[in-house]
Amino acid sequence: MTEAIAATARWQSCAIVAVATRTPAIKSFFLRLSEPFDYTAGQHVDVRLTAPNGYTAMRSYSIASTPSDSKVIELAIERLPDGEVSSFFHDVAQAGDTIELRGPLGGHFLWPGPSNKPVLLIGAGSGVVPLMAMIRYRKASGEPVPVALLLSSRTWGDVLFRDELLELERSLSDLVLALALTREPAMRRTDFSGRIDDRMVADVAGRLPVPPGCAFVCGSNAFVDIAADAALALGLEAGAIKTERYGA
Amino acid sequence: MVTRGFTGRQYGSEPSDRIPPGQHLVDNFPVLTAGPTPRIEPADWTFTLKVGPRPVKAWSWSEFNALPRTKMTRDIHCVTSWSKLNTAWEGVAVDDILADACLGAPTPFALAHCYDGYSTNVPLADLAMGKAMVALKYEGQPLPRDHGGPARLLVPHLYFWKSAKWVNGLQFTERDEAGFWELRGYHMYGDPWNEQRYTND
Ligand SMILES: Cc1cc2nc3c(=O)[nH]c(=O)nc-3n(C[C@H](O)[C@H](O)[C@H](O)COP(=O)(O)OP(=O)(O)OC[C@H]3O[C@@H](n4cnc5c(N)ncnc54)[C@H](O)[C@@H]3O)c2cc1C
Repeated sequence: MTEAIAATARWQSCAIVAVATRTPAIKSFFLRLSEPFDYTAGQHVDVRLTAPNGYTAMRSYSIASTPSDSKVIELAIERLPDGEVSSFFHDVAQAGDTIELRGPLGGHFLWPGPSNKPVLLIGAGSGVVPLMAMIRYRKASGEPVPVALLLSSRTWGDVLFRDELLELERSLSDLVLALALTREPAMRRTDFSGRIDDRMVADVAGRLPVPPGCAFVCGSNAFVDIAADAALALGLEAGAIKTERYGA
Repeated sequence: MVTRGFTGRQYGSEPSDRIPPGQHLVDNFPVLTAGPTPRIEPADWTFTLKVGPRPVKAWSWSEFNALPRTKMTRDIHCVTSWSKLNTAWEGVAVDDILADACLGAPTPFALAHCYDGYSTNVPLADLAMGKAMVALKYEGQPLPRDHGGPARLLVPHLYFWKSAKWVNGLQFTERDEAGFWELRGYHMYGDPWNEQRYTND
């Protein structure tokens, strides 16, 4: 793992081959790697933008695509008000542009690999990105690992990867999906309205055939604290709860 | 390589000689942690100094708080690319911890250990001579739990993952032994001015 990261963390130029609007605030960018790398679901890349006078801005973005995909990786970027890099992606970047990135990075927030203990995923907003990579990997690999995803979004229209998740829920018998909408009533009987709390996490974990062996939590820091505490309340060891915090 | 159409939020009048390459300034204080935020009551807190496997001295919260206090105001730099200027800290300098244990320079390397199982390696030369402390206060207030309270290591001249949160000990080692992130692809030393982010940088 360490060697793999060390060997491939060089900067490379990647062409944007397509852009897709996912939600009102989130777009996906499909980038063709000029130096393809192997990665594990959950990892991220660092992206670097350079201005004509040499000024650079660098940010991290999780990889949304499954490792079994081609040389094209998907990043899903949420527009933040006045965000330096996310606004650039939303307002300026288009297919045909070239972007510098390095990866894969991050050696902790990683799909656990062969094990048949269920995996609990809890995300908010764009925090579902690395969890989506895990679910896509779970489907592509056929590993018999039950997975539950509890995903918090503002509204039904803000649920990133919504249609794909609904389709996966239908096609994968051991995928549990629960959406928590914070600014709208729940749309389905199995969903929730309101912010994620201990009760919701316990309810979703309870839909797995046996208790989860580990949990992955991703989103803003405030969200991650609440969701990680809820995972602790289930009885998971702190070391079995991995978090990725997108900062503020 | 110039990115088409990117100008960025440039820091016209900012003191750019204080922003290492690839970093940008923030006003807030982002939190990055690999797991749940631990809860440690000061009454349950201890700090242990070890040389190799051998414990040399341990302090309770009140004993530790009775050690000489140091204040420092420093710029800090996170490997995820944010930097924050003029952060004010108060705590116990590593020099004073070593002095209280009657230790000079036990070995050239150390590992900081933490309540959540985290660890990180820092050479003694980067801990001693007033360069680092175990911080107990941030901006005059007890260290918030999110930021490592009750106590965190502060090694402000290295990337901030070296400033281990919820620290509960320093272990001196003969060799430079990788800690948590250093085993997971991050640089052994982590100098922001040389952009030592990942293993081979
Ligand atoms: C491991 C990791 C993975 C990540 N994965 C993803 C992902 O998959 N998708 C995703 O969308 N994000 C992801 N993020 C977050 C991402 O890295 C960026 O932090 C995010 O896109 C914001 O960057 P920005 O340049 O747009 O905003 P910034 O310019 O950094 O600003 C962030 C916010 O603070 C405000 N702000 C800060 N400083 C100033 C200032 N000086 N002036 C004005 N406003 C300011 C902005 O208005 C904005 O709302 C990830 C982060 C990490 C650490």
